Amino acid sequence: MATQQNKSALEVMPRDEAKIKKIWKTAGILLLLTLVEFVFAFTLPRGFLLYFIFIALTIWKAKYIMMEFMHLGEEAKPLFYSIIVPLIFLVWLVIALVKEGSDIFIMRW
Amino acid sequence: MSTTATAIGVSPKRGVWGGGNEPLKASYGKLMMWFFLLSDIFTFAALLITYISLRVSFPSYGGPVDTFVGSNEYWPVPELVFDAIPFVHGVHIPLAFVGLMTFILILSSVTMVLAVEAGHRNDKKDVVKWLLWTLLGGITFLSCQAWEWSHFIHGTPSGSLITYVNNMGQTVSEIVFGANLSVNEYGPANFAQLFFFITGFHGFHVTLGVLLLFLAFYQAAVGIYEERGHYEMVEKIGLYWHFVDLVWVFVFTLFYLI
Repeated sequence: MATQQNKSALEVMPRDEAKIKKIWKTAGILLLLTLVEFVFAFTLPRGFLLYFIFIALTIWKAKYIMMEFMHLGEEAKPLFYSIIVPLIFLVWLVIALVKEGSDIFIMRW
Repeated sequence: MSTTATAIGVSPKRGVWGGGNEPLKASYGKLMMWFFLLSDIFTFAALLITYISLRVSFPSYGGPVDTFVGSNEYWPVPELVFDAIPFVHGVHIPLAFVGLMTFILILSSVTMVLAVEAGHRNDKKDVVKWLLWTLLGGITFLSCQAWEWSHFIHGTPSGSLITYVNNMGQTVSEIVFGANLSVNEYGPANFAQLFFFITGFHGFHVTLGVLLLFLAFYQAAVGIYEERGHYEMVEKIGLYWHFVDLVWVFVFTLFYLI
Protein backbone atom coordinates (compact mmCIF):
# COMPACT_ATOMS: atom_id res chain seq x y z
CA MET A 1 0.00 0.00 0.00
CA ALA A 2 2.84 2.32 0.79
CA THR A 3 4.23 1.93 -2.72
CA GLN A 4 0.77 2.62 -4.11
CA GLN A 5 0.73 5.99 -2.39
CA ASN A 6 4.16 6.90 -3.65
CA LYS A 7 3.13 6.04 -7.19
CA SER A 8 0.05 8.22 -7.40
CA ALA A 9 2.11 11.29 -8.11
CA LEU A 10 -0.43 12.41 -10.71
CA GLU A 11 -1.94 15.56 -9.39
CA VAL A 12 -5.68 15.91 -9.99
CA MET A 13 -6.42 19.39 -11.23
CA PRO A 14 -9.69 21.15 -10.40
CA ARG A 15 -12.50 21.29 -12.95
CA ASP A 16 -12.33 24.12 -15.44
CA GLU A 17 -15.96 25.18 -15.24
CA ALA A 18 -15.72 27.59 -18.18
CA LYS A 19 -14.43 24.81 -20.43
CA ILE A 20 -17.14 22.37 -19.32
CA LYS A 21 -19.78 25.05 -19.85
CA LYS A 22 -18.51 25.56 -23.40
CA ILE A 23 -18.79 21.81 -24.11
CA TRP A 24 -22.42 21.76 -23.01
CA LYS A 25 -23.10 24.92 -25.01
CA THR A 26 -21.73 23.22 -28.15
CA ALA A 27 -23.92 20.20 -27.40
CA GLY A 28 -26.92 22.52 -27.15
CA ILE A 29 -26.11 24.08 -30.53
CA LEU A 30 -25.76 20.64 -32.16
CA LEU A 31 -29.08 19.44 -30.76
CA LEU A 32 -30.76 22.71 -31.76
CA LEU A 33 -29.48 22.45 -35.35
CA THR A 34 -30.77 18.85 -35.52
CA LEU A 35 -34.13 20.04 -34.22
CA VAL A 36 -34.25 22.79 -36.88
CA GLU A 37 -33.56 20.17 -39.58
CA PHE A 38 -36.34 18.08 -38.12
CA VAL A 39 -38.87 20.92 -38.24
CA PHE A 40 -37.85 21.86 -41.79
CA ALA A 41 -38.33 18.24 -42.92
CA PHE A 42 -42.04 18.53 -42.16
CA THR A 43 -42.79 22.18 -42.90
CA LEU A 44 -40.85 23.17 -46.03
CA PRO A 45 -41.75 21.82 -49.49
CA ARG A 46 -39.31 19.22 -50.84
CA GLY A 47 -36.98 20.60 -53.45
CA PHE A 48 -33.60 22.07 -54.19
CA LEU A 49 -33.85 24.85 -51.58
CA LEU A 50 -34.66 22.42 -48.76
CA TYR A 51 -31.82 20.08 -49.73
CA PHE A 52 -29.44 23.01 -49.85
CA ILE A 53 -30.50 24.09 -46.34
CA PHE A 54 -30.08 20.52 -45.05
CA ILE A 55 -26.57 20.17 -46.45
CA ALA A 56 -25.54 23.62 -45.21
CA LEU A 57 -26.79 22.78 -41.68
CA THR A 58 -25.01 19.41 -41.81
CA ILE A 59 -21.68 20.99 -42.75
CA TRP A 60 -22.22 23.57 -40.01
CA LYS A 61 -22.71 20.75 -37.48
CA ALA A 62 -19.64 18.94 -38.83
CA LYS A 63 -17.61 22.09 -38.26
CA TYR A 64 -18.72 22.24 -34.61
CA ILE A 65 -17.84 18.56 -34.03
CA MET A 66 -14.40 18.90 -35.61
CA MET A 67 -13.47 22.21 -34.01
CA GLU A 68 -15.05 21.94 -30.55
CA PHE A 69 -15.10 18.19 -29.86
CA MET A 70 -12.05 17.00 -31.78
CA HIS A 71 -10.08 20.22 -31.03
CA LEU A 72 -8.75 20.34 -34.58
CA GLY A 73 -8.50 24.13 -34.33
CA GLU A 74 -6.04 23.82 -31.45
CA GLU A 75 -3.62 21.60 -33.40
CA ALA A 76 -0.58 23.03 -35.19
CA LYS A 77 -1.54 24.83 -38.41
CA PRO A 78 0.23 22.34 -40.75
CA LEU A 79 -1.70 19.45 -39.17
CA PHE A 80 -4.95 21.41 -39.43
CA TYR A 81 -4.42 22.09 -43.14
CA SER A 82 -3.21 18.55 -43.91
CA ILE A 83 -6.58 17.29 -42.66
CA ILE A 84 -8.80 20.00 -44.19
CA VAL A 85 -7.18 20.68 -47.57
CA PRO A 86 -7.44 17.09 -48.98
CA LEU A 87 -11.20 17.31 -48.44
CA ILE A 88 -11.35 19.80 -51.34
CA PHE A 89 -11.06 16.77 -53.66
CA LEU A 90 -14.48 15.67 -52.43
CA VAL A 91 -16.07 18.79 -53.91
CA TRP A 92 -15.06 17.62 -57.36
CA LEU A 93 -16.29 14.08 -56.66
CA VAL A 94 -19.71 15.44 -55.68
CA ILE A 95 -19.93 17.60 -58.84
CA ALA A 96 -18.80 14.75 -61.12
CA LEU A 97 -21.10 12.09 -59.70
CA VAL A 98 -24.16 14.34 -59.44
CA LYS A 99 -23.67 15.22 -63.12
CA GLU A 100 -23.28 11.52 -63.95
CA GLY A 101 -26.38 10.61 -61.94
CA SER A 102 -28.55 13.22 -63.61
CA ASP A 103 -27.34 12.10 -67.05
CA ILE A 104 -28.35 8.52 -66.20
CA PHE A 105 -31.72 9.92 -65.12
CA ILE A 106 -32.22 11.63 -68.50
CA MET A 107 -31.25 8.48 -70.43
CA ARG A 108 -33.39 6.15 -68.38
CA TRP A 109 -36.63 8.00 -67.67
CA MET B 1 16.39 21.32 -31.09
CA SER B 2 16.34 18.05 -29.24
CA THR B 3 13.99 15.51 -30.70
CA THR B 4 14.60 12.58 -28.38
CA ALA B 5 12.55 11.58 -25.38
CA THR B 6 10.34 14.62 -25.53
CA ALA B 7 7.24 12.71 -26.60
CA ILE B 8 4.89 11.79 -23.79
CA GLY B 9 4.91 8.20 -22.72
CA VAL B 10 7.20 6.94 -25.49
CA SER B 11 10.36 5.09 -24.61
CA PRO B 12 13.47 7.02 -25.73
CA LYS B 13 14.71 3.72 -27.20
CA ARG B 14 12.16 3.99 -29.97
CA GLY B 15 13.98 6.80 -31.71
CA VAL B 16 12.86 9.61 -33.96
CA TRP B 17 10.96 7.49 -36.51
CA GLY B 18 9.32 5.18 -33.97
CA GLY B 19 7.28 7.80 -32.18
CA GLY B 20 10.11 9.27 -30.15
CA ASN B 21 9.36 12.80 -31.25
CA GLU B 22 6.31 14.94 -31.80
CA PRO B 23 6.06 16.30 -35.32
CA LEU B 24 3.46 19.05 -35.66
CA LYS B 25 3.34 19.20 -31.85
CA ALA B 26 0.98 16.22 -31.72
CA SER B 27 2.01 12.86 -30.32
CA TYR B 28 2.75 10.04 -32.75
CA GLY B 29 -0.41 8.16 -31.79
CA LYS B 30 -2.68 11.16 -32.15
CA LEU B 31 -1.13 12.08 -35.48
CA MET B 32 -1.67 8.57 -36.83
CA MET B 33 -5.24 8.59 -35.57
CA TRP B 34 -5.87 11.82 -37.49
CA PHE B 35 -4.46 10.38 -40.71
CA PHE B 36 -6.46 7.18 -40.26
CA LEU B 37 -9.57 9.30 -39.80
CA LEU B 38 -8.74 11.27 -42.96
CA SER B 39 -8.62 8.00 -44.93
CA ASP B 40 -11.88 6.90 -43.29
CA ILE B 41 -13.47 10.23 -44.26
CA PHE B 42 -12.68 9.38 -47.88
CA THR B 43 -14.18 5.89 -47.52
CA PHE B 44 -17.43 7.20 -46.11
CA ALA B 45 -17.45 10.12 -48.55
CA ALA B 46 -17.19 7.66 -51.45
CA LEU B 47 -20.15 5.67 -50.09
CA LEU B 48 -22.30 8.72 -49.40
CA ILE B 49 -21.52 10.40 -52.72
CA THR B 50 -22.45 7.12 -54.44
CA TYR B 51 -25.75 7.40 -52.60
CA ILE B 52 -26.28 10.95 -53.90
CA SER B 53 -25.35 9.87 -57.42
CA LEU B 54 -27.81 6.96 -57.48
CA ARG B 55 -30.44 9.08 -55.77
CA VAL B 56 -30.42 11.70 -58.53
CA SER B 57 -30.56 8.98 -61.22
CA PHE B 58 -34.06 8.00 -60.00
CA PRO B 59 -37.23 10.11 -60.11
CA SER B 60 -38.55 11.46 -56.81
CA TYR B 61 -42.01 10.63 -55.58
CA GLY B 62 -44.08 13.56 -56.79
CA GLY B 63 -47.56 12.87 -55.44
CA PRO B 64 -49.17 13.84 -52.14
CA VAL B 65 -47.67 12.28 -49.02
CA ASP B 66 -50.92 10.61 -47.83
CA THR B 67 -51.29 8.46 -50.93
CA PHE B 68 -47.69 7.22 -51.06
CA VAL B 69 -47.20 3.61 -52.09
CA GLY B 70 -43.83 1.90 -52.34
CA SER B 71 -42.62 1.30 -55.89
CA ASN B 72 -39.30 0.63 -57.59
CA GLU B 73 -40.22 3.26 -60.18
CA TYR B 74 -39.28 6.18 -57.90
CA TRP B 75 -37.23 6.91 -54.78
CA PRO B 76 -39.29 6.76 -51.56
CA VAL B 77 -39.92 9.68 -49.21
CA PRO B 78 -37.82 8.82 -46.11
CA GLU B 79 -40.35 10.04 -43.55
CA LEU B 80 -42.79 7.46 -44.92
CA VAL B 81 -40.29 4.60 -44.73
CA PHE B 82 -38.83 5.27 -41.32
CA ASP B 83 -41.99 5.99 -39.38
CA ALA B 84 -42.08 3.27 -36.73
CA ILE B 85 -40.92 3.25 -33.12
CA PRO B 86 -40.59 0.24 -30.81
CA PHE B 87 -43.57 -0.95 -28.72
CA VAL B 88 -46.04 1.14 -30.72
CA HIS B 89 -47.35 -0.98 -33.55
CA GLY B 90 -48.85 0.39 -36.74
CA VAL B 91 -48.77 4.05 -35.73
CA HIS B 92 -47.32 6.59 -38.17
CA ILE B 93 -44.72 8.58 -36.21
CA PRO B 94 -42.28 9.74 -38.86
CA LEU B 95 -38.58 10.06 -38.08
CA ALA B 96 -39.08 10.09 -34.29
CA PHE B 97 -37.01 6.99 -33.64
CA VAL B 98 -34.08 8.00 -35.82
CA GLY B 99 -34.22 11.44 -34.23
CA LEU B 100 -33.83 9.78 -30.87
CA MET B 101 -30.87 7.75 -32.16
CA THR B 102 -29.21 10.95 -33.37
CA PHE B 103 -29.74 12.57 -29.97
CA ILE B 104 -28.22 9.56 -28.21
CA LEU B 105 -25.13 9.58 -30.42
CA ILE B 106 -24.59 13.34 -30.06
CA LEU B 107 -24.97 13.07 -26.28
CA SER B 108 -22.48 10.19 -26.15
CA SER B 109 -20.07 12.43 -28.08
CA VAL B 110 -20.56 15.09 -25.40
CA THR B 111 -19.81 12.67 -22.55
CA MET B 112 -16.74 11.54 -24.51
CA VAL B 113 -15.38 15.07 -24.75
CA LEU B 114 -16.02 15.44 -21.01
CA ALA B 115 -13.99 12.26 -20.43
CA VAL B 116 -11.15 13.71 -22.51
CA GLU B 117 -11.34 16.94 -20.52
CA ALA B 118 -11.18 14.96 -17.26
CA GLY B 119 -8.17 13.08 -18.65
CA HIS B 120 -6.33 16.37 -19.14
CA ARG B 121 -6.86 17.02 -15.42
CA ASN B 122 -5.71 13.47 -14.44
CA ASP B 123 -9.07 13.05 -12.74
CA LYS B 124 -9.48 9.27 -12.77
CA LYS B 125 -12.92 9.31 -11.14
CA ASP B 126 -14.37 11.66 -13.75
CA VAL B 127 -12.72 9.83 -16.65
CA VAL B 128 -14.24 6.52 -15.54
CA LYS B 129 -17.64 8.11 -14.97
CA TRP B 130 -17.86 9.83 -18.36
CA LEU B 131 -16.44 6.83 -20.24
CA LEU B 132 -19.14 4.68 -18.71
CA TRP B 133 -21.84 7.10 -19.90
CA THR B 134 -20.28 7.13 -23.38
CA LEU B 135 -20.18 3.35 -23.41
CA LEU B 136 -23.83 3.24 -22.42
CA GLY B 137 -24.74 5.70 -25.20
CA GLY B 138 -22.86 3.63 -27.77
CA ILE B 139 -24.55 0.39 -26.76
CA THR B 140 -27.98 2.06 -26.75
CA PHE B 141 -27.35 3.44 -30.23
CA LEU B 142 -26.35 -0.01 -31.51
CA SER B 143 -29.45 -1.59 -29.98
CA CYS B 144 -31.64 1.03 -31.64
CA GLN B 145 -29.96 0.34 -34.96
CA ALA B 146 -30.53 -3.41 -34.57
CA TRP B 147 -34.24 -2.71 -34.07
CA GLU B 148 -34.29 -0.32 -37.00
CA TRP B 149 -32.72 -2.96 -39.27
CA SER B 150 -35.06 -5.66 -38.08
CA HIS B 151 -38.07 -3.46 -38.79
CA PHE B 152 -36.69 -2.47 -42.20
CA ILE B 153 -36.11 -6.12 -43.15
CA HIS B 154 -39.47 -7.41 -41.96
CA GLY B 155 -41.45 -4.49 -43.36
CA THR B 156 -45.02 -3.33 -42.95
CA PRO B 157 -48.06 -5.64 -42.61
CA SER B 158 -49.49 -4.52 -45.97
CA GLY B 159 -46.33 -4.61 -48.10
CA SER B 160 -46.27 -3.14 -51.63
CA LEU B 161 -47.04 -4.50 -55.07
CA ILE B 162 -43.68 -4.54 -56.87
CA THR B 163 -42.87 -5.61 -60.42
CA TYR B 164 -39.29 -6.79 -60.71
CA VAL B 165 -36.98 -9.27 -62.42
CA ASN B 166 -36.24 -12.14 -60.05
CA ASN B 167 -33.02 -14.12 -59.89
CA MET B 168 -34.36 -16.64 -62.42
CA GLY B 169 -34.62 -13.85 -64.99
CA GLN B 170 -38.44 -13.80 -64.93
CA THR B 171 -40.46 -10.64 -64.51
CA VAL B 172 -42.78 -11.07 -61.55
CA SER B 173 -45.43 -8.87 -59.97
CA GLU B 174 -46.12 -9.66 -56.35
CA ILE B 175 -46.71 -8.19 -52.92
CA VAL B 176 -43.29 -7.68 -51.35
CA PHE B 177 -42.82 -7.38 -47.58
CA GLY B 178 -39.78 -5.72 -46.07
CA ALA B 179 -36.42 -5.61 -47.78
CA ASN B 180 -33.53 -7.71 -48.98
CA LEU B 181 -30.69 -7.02 -51.37
CA SER B 182 -32.63 -7.79 -54.56
CA VAL B 183 -36.08 -6.34 -53.86
CA ASN B 184 -37.84 -4.24 -51.23
CA GLU B 185 -41.26 -2.78 -50.60
CA TYR B 186 -40.07 0.81 -50.18
CA GLY B 187 -38.36 1.74 -53.43
CA PRO B 188 -35.72 0.71 -55.99
CA ALA B 189 -33.41 -2.19 -55.05
CA ASN B 190 -30.58 0.37 -54.82
CA PHE B 191 -32.35 2.07 -51.94
CA ALA B 192 -32.21 -0.95 -49.63
CA GLN B 193 -28.73 -1.95 -50.81
CA LEU B 194 -27.34 1.47 -49.97
CA PHE B 195 -29.21 1.52 -46.67
CA PHE B 196 -27.76 -1.83 -45.63
CA PHE B 197 -24.25 -1.05 -46.80
CA ILE B 198 -23.87 2.49 -45.45
CA THR B 199 -25.68 2.17 -42.12
CA GLY B 200 -24.09 -1.27 -41.74
CA PHE B 201 -20.59 0.09 -42.32
CA HIS B 202 -21.29 2.89 -39.87
CA GLY B 203 -22.68 0.41 -37.35
CA PHE B 204 -19.49 -1.63 -37.72
CA HIS B 205 -17.51 1.49 -36.83
CA VAL B 206 -19.72 2.09 -33.80
CA THR B 207 -19.19 -1.53 -32.70
CA LEU B 208 -15.41 -1.10 -32.93
CA GLY B 209 -15.77 2.17 -31.03
CA VAL B 210 -17.70 0.45 -28.25
CA LEU B 211 -14.94 -2.18 -27.94
CA LEU B 212 -12.28 0.55 -27.79
CA LEU B 213 -14.33 2.47 -25.21
CA PHE B 214 -14.60 -0.64 -23.08
CA LEU B 215 -10.81 -1.04 -23.29
CA ALA B 216 -10.28 2.58 -22.23
CA PHE B 217 -12.89 2.28 -19.47
CA TYR B 218 -11.24 -0.87 -18.09
CA GLN B 219 -7.70 0.50 -18.29
CA ALA B 220 -8.69 3.80 -16.70
CA ALA B 221 -10.64 2.06 -13.93
CA VAL B 222 -7.80 -0.29 -12.92
CA GLY B 223 -5.36 2.62 -12.95
CA ILE B 224 -3.17 1.73 -15.93
CA TYR B 225 -3.30 5.29 -17.29
CA GLU B 226 -2.58 6.74 -13.87
CA GLU B 227 0.53 4.60 -13.69
CA ARG B 228 1.49 5.59 -17.24
CA GLY B 229 1.24 9.22 -16.19
CA HIS B 230 -1.21 10.44 -18.85
CA TYR B 231 -4.65 9.77 -20.30
CA GLU B 232 -3.70 10.15 -23.95
CA MET B 233 -5.41 6.89 -24.95
CA VAL B 234 -8.75 8.40 -23.92
CA GLU B 235 -8.03 11.32 -26.22
CA LYS B 236 -7.21 9.08 -29.20
CA ILE B 237 -10.29 6.90 -28.74
CA GLY B 238 -12.24 10.13 -28.28
CA LEU B 239 -11.13 11.32 -31.73
CA TYR B 240 -12.40 8.07 -33.23
CA TRP B 241 -15.70 8.31 -31.37
CA HIS B 242 -16.32 11.89 -32.49
CA PHE B 243 -15.61 10.80 -36.05
CA VAL B 244 -18.30 8.11 -35.79
CA ASP B 245 -20.70 10.83 -34.65
CA LEU B 246 -19.57 13.08 -37.49
CA VAL B 247 -20.35 10.37 -40.06
CA TRP B 248 -23.77 9.79 -38.55
CA VAL B 249 -24.62 13.48 -38.96
CA PHE B 250 -24.13 13.04 -42.72
CA VAL B 251 -25.90 9.65 -42.85
CA PHE B 252 -28.84 11.20 -41.01
CA THR B 253 -29.16 14.07 -43.47
CA LEU B 254 -28.79 11.99 -46.63
CA PHE B 255 -30.88 8.96 -45.69
CA TYR B 256 -33.54 10.32 -43.43
CA LEU B 257 -34.03 13.94 -44.44
CA ILE B 258 -33.38 14.25 -48.17
